[in-house]
Amino acid sequence: MWQALYTELGPKGFVPIAIAFDSAGNAAAEPWIKAANPTYPCLIDRRHIVAELYDMINVPNACWIDERGKIVRPTEAAGTSDAFRKMDRTNFSIPPDALADLQAKRAAYLNAIRDWVDKGSASKFALNEQDAIRRMHTPSDDHVRAAANFRLGEYLVENGHKEAAQKYFEEAKRLRPESWNYKRQAWALDDPMKAGGPEFWAAVDALGEKKYYPPPEDI
Amino acid sequence: MAVDIIYGENVSRGVKADAKNGLWLSANDLAGVSGFTRKPEGFCKGDLCYPVPLAHKDDFERTERYNLAALAELIGQPIVADETHQVWCFGEASESRTRALTSLEAPDFALPDLDGRMHSLTEHRGKKVLLVSWASW
Repeated sequence: MWQALYTELGPKGFVPIAIAFDSAGNAAAEPWIKAANPTYPCLIDRRHIVAELYDMINVPNACWIDERGKIVRPTEAAGTSDAFRKMDRTNFSIPPDALADLQAKRAAYLNAIRDWVDKGSASKFALNEQDAIRRMHTPSDDHVRAAANFRLGEYLVENGHKEAAQKYFEEAKRLRPESWNYKRQAWALDDPMKAGGPEFWAAVDALGEKKYYPPPEDI
Repeated sequence: MAVDIIYGENVSRGVKADAKNGLWLSANDLAGVSGFTRKPEGFCKGDLCYPVPLAHKDDFERTERYNLAALAELIGQPIVADETHQVWCFGEASESRTRALTSLEAPDFALPDLDGRMHSLTEHRGKKVLLVSWASW
């Protein structure tokens, strides 16, 4: 969906930058990028650097940055919803009402971006400094400790010590249970099918009333 | 012994170190790994200096060796070490991460595209940027 938006809004000075959080690098990301064939930058972030810099704990998450390099919307779920949780897990179909909800959320998010691109700081979706800071998630000591554990785990995997890496992944998940990046990346490194397998669904079900994608409060 | 050190985005392999009671490095390796150098004012990187706590001076330095672990602790950086494989990982302090985020200055980064060409955020200055994550998993 970002390609269509870029085609539409690129001439007005807008660019999406897509960041792939994939420790396996090109091997994991390449088929997806080749299939989408984007003209906007699609970058490979093996070490989840941007995830840490912008405190992103899931995909898709997005942050809005203005012409001067100022954050005008901190990291939040980007044009998505929890509709997938209503999926029929035998045939992957999503009920029409959940699908309609997802499409409405997506359209609202894209319209918010259009509004911002048209009106700049006058857009109600471009937050003033006070609101941007209020909504900003900032990492605690546990969160940065989780990141260091995750990084060490990735390094061990990269160097052929997959078994030894597990305890650091476990510690990262324990210290920051709300990060889906840690869970799903660790599963994917173990087995690419695992990131969407029974462990994933069990973790999603364990959310109960909590959202997988907490929605932006004003879109 | 030789250890691998992950320090933020820097990775240094096979660094000579004494890993007893901390992680002791030569001045050269300290600078190479972390960017810090010992100056009269303390441990310094750019304009930033951390004075050595006098009461615990011995934890930080001895003859031509400096304890990166003690320095990291002083700064508030998380430290995780795998003794079996001799890998040390130093993360970013929550305080500096928080300060960076609440400044609202978008943190810069440089990452490769599929062809290995590097892209930074700052090269898009002058445009509105949607920085958006995805993954194959």
